[in-house]
Amino acid sequence: MTGISGAAVKQPGLSRWWQRMPQVDPRYLIAFLITLVLVAAQLRYHIVGGYSRLAVALLTCMATEALLSWFMRGRVVNLQSAYISGISLTLLLKPQGGALWPFALGAFLAIASKYVLQYRNNHLWNPTNFAITTLLLAAPNRISVLSHQWGNDVATNLVIWTFGLVIAARVRVIHITLTYVASFLVLNSLRAALLHQPVLPEIAPITGPMYQLFVFFMITDPRTIVRERRWQIVVAVLIALVETTIRFASDSGWPLPTAFNVGPAFLALAIVGPIAKAIDLRRSRQPNAGSGVIPRSAGSPATS
Amino acid sequence: MPFVAAILTAVRLDLGPARGSVDAARPGFALHDETAAAGIHFVHHRPTFDPKIANIEPHVAALGASVSVTDFDGDGWPDLYFTNSRFGEPNALYRNRGDGTFEDVAASAGVADLNRPGDGVSMGGVWGDFDNDGREDLLVYRYGYLALFKNIDGHHFRDVTEAAGLHRWMNSNGAIWIDYDRDGLLDLYVTTYFRSDIDLWHLATTRIMHNSFEFATNGGKNLMFRNLGGGKFEDVTDKLGLGSTRWTLAAAAADFNEDGWPDIYLANDYGPEELFLNDHGRRFTLTTAGLESESKSGMSVALGDAYNRGHLDVFVTNISERGYLFQNNNLRLNEMTGRTPRFRNMADAVVADAGWAWGAQFGDLNNDGVNELFVANGFISADSTKNYWYSMSKIAGANARLFEDARTWPAFGNSSLSGYERSRVYLNRGLAGWVDVARSVGVSDTYDGRAVALADLSNRGAVDVVVANQNQPAVLYRNRPDSANHWIAFSLIGTSSNRSAIGAEVVVESGGTKQRRVVDGGMGFASQNDRRLHFGLGRTEWVDRVVIYWPSGTQQIVTNPAVDRFHTITEPKR
Repeated sequence: MTGISGAAVKQPGLSRWWQRMPQVDPRYLIAFLITLVLVAAQLRYHIVGGYSRLAVALLTCMATEALLSWFMRGRVVNLQSAYISGISLTLLLKPQGGALWPFALGAFLAIASKYVLQYRNNHLWNPTNFAITTLLLAAPNRISVLSHQWGNDVATNLVIWTFGLVIAARVRVIHITLTYVASFLVLNSLRAALLHQPVLPEIAPITGPMYQLFVFFMITDPRTIVRERRWQIVVAVLIALVETTIRFASDSGWPLPTAFNVGPAFLALAIVGPIAKAIDLRRSRQPNAGSGVIPRSAGSPATS
Repeated sequence: MPFVAAILTAVRLDLGPARGSVDAARPGFALHDETAAAGIHFVHHRPTFDPKIANIEPHVAALGASVSVTDFDGDGWPDLYFTNSRFGEPNALYRNRGDGTFEDVAASAGVADLNRPGDGVSMGGVWGDFDNDGREDLLVYRYGYLALFKNIDGHHFRDVTEAAGLHRWMNSNGAIWIDYDRDGLLDLYVTTYFRSDIDLWHLATTRIMHNSFEFATNGGKNLMFRNLGGGKFEDVTDKLGLGSTRWTLAAAAADFNEDGWPDIYLANDYGPEELFLNDHGRRFTLTTAGLESESKSGMSVALGDAYNRGHLDVFVTNISERGYLFQNNNLRLNEMTGRTPRFRNMADAVVADAGWAWGAQFGDLNNDGVNELFVANGFISADSTKNYWYSMSKIAGANARLFEDARTWPAFGNSSLSGYERSRVYLNRGLAGWVDVARSVGVSDTYDGRAVALADLSNRGAVDVVVANQNQPAVLYRNRPDSANHWIAFSLIGTSSNRSAIGAEVVVESGGTKQRRVVDGGMGFASQNDRRLHFGLGRTEWVDRVVIYWPSGTQQIVTNPAVDRFHTITEPKR
């Protein structure tokens, strides 16, 4: 209810929160969301698989970020991005046995990629996406990624989708998420029709946890998305298109590396994302010169 | 430079550990495939089901090959019982002639024709003397009705299911004999996979699949039947609190917390393992014991003393497939007698990944005094160029409402799913870890292994290995262990306890070490080992003492028994 007192309109708490949310540094919102995902998944599904994994991933990410930023920029940058990367890797990596090295190596690769693989002072790959893709390609005998460890439960997924969509809306990247989801549904329905296969199994992956992390934390990464809204939409469609192409190749039995069959979405982003970003940087008259901060006007959250 | 080094390190680590090559070359035993020479020609045939689930029939019909060891005719030579799973295909009872060969006597014994429309198809058999008459009886569990056979004269069996009160339709993949109330009568615990209201040949609905890949609770209800004596059984499941509806694939019983009462350990597909602690035969309590945090796809429960600590540890198999899924096998050290009772997972990368692993057993294959692990694996071997893992990955992470309906699953066609995997034989090097020596000891088959049973088939102090393969021939691996090592074995006869002595635990103390084994009432996946207990002793030529914990509660000590021989020990009167 809205209370009215004289000429002034008093907004309820939720409404005030909604109005103020865009003023909050987007990184805090994303950090909150990824923490919510972690806590919910751990409490309900014991998804972490040992707190040593979380500790190794988080510490390595944050230490690498601190060291490299100090070494290369002369100051230690905000570590929230590293925090998000560390949690993402903890959730996504499912290694053989009790191995911890994938978390250490993955964390190092994720953060180091931001400092090593640059173009015009910008990194091109989403750090977590780069780490996961590299590990899947380099060590498929030892690494797998999040699949059904999430419990396949609609209630938990709905919580994440709801919070994710709300936060994405307030930080103005929901068009990327929705474009990708819509493209996925349309393209894979078409693929199913082309292959004369039932539609449901082909669109089923989008209901899974891996895709939650993908649509809320990877393809919306402000440091690696292109600048203009319309091009962001085009890139989201392209990612879905490349992913569908990879899936089509897998359907056809092409001898692809395991990584392509296991994580077509990750591979699609790893291929399309940097190319789009490089083109975007090249055609930009005023490239963002690696200040480490996205202009608030860009309306994007700073994620990992 | 460190960045490139990190990527190269990942590539190097992908190749696996470099250790273990020296041990692998000298495992101290060799396994020879002597199936044909032994006269065993059993081939398992998988079932066919309602065409409504034809799209995933290879998956649903991927179980049923089992093997159990018994001495049904009491001649002192272990015999073998294999189950088949297609209508009209017979089960086989191979009588051990004692000369290294076997003959199938299932038809004349009356335990062959068990796969019939209306009754169901066999998934496994488990042996125990439920009426304490000195002859081993047989319980066959099926996708269908249970079948209990009384051993009449050591040669013939009579179906006593109806009279026993066991005429129950259960889609079961496992059963164990256990005297949970220590009254001297073997009770029966039957695990269930698909719900018991499902008739896989006449489906009323195709919503028969699990409601989660990791936390499913919509499987069939496991049942405990108490042996009332006089050939009667009573369902006491709810009274005891044992009615798990997880998708149980295997169970094993032992006194894990060493309080004198046998507990039950379950390996559940699509869910966490479960440990039910026995409260003085009055009730079972589901305890976490560190098992709840690793929900997987448990296939098999093997019990053995992994590191000669004098406790029964647990090995549970799971699924691993490169790139797609590493659920990892669990080697759980029993710390149930400690201050914080729990099982601690010690599986390293070698033991953790045995592919799509099924039946497994602990056994001292080289008689060096520590247990090895034999693990059968491989799920569905069909067209090796088509891999269902990619199709499976589409729905595995999806919402449960989608894959609970079998019709939603991508069509299986002629695809393989973790097919053509080779069995693993893990050599136990103690603190140095385990190493797979399968190839060097002669195990190279790529059948779809299901059940593994261990038995000294020639009574010569060597543990042989029998593997039942799904839709494929069974294999008998004759063991040739290092002849310089010593051994000792025990055959137990219960008096106050059940006559089969199922549940009795024996601790052998020798050379400063302790080894514990339990008389098997069903263990592994769809299997039962030789109930005689075999202990390797290495170079040690003596045994200090043997402690026998009888199911009745009687504790017996035998000092300095002779080595390199079998000992038959009858439970002393109280």
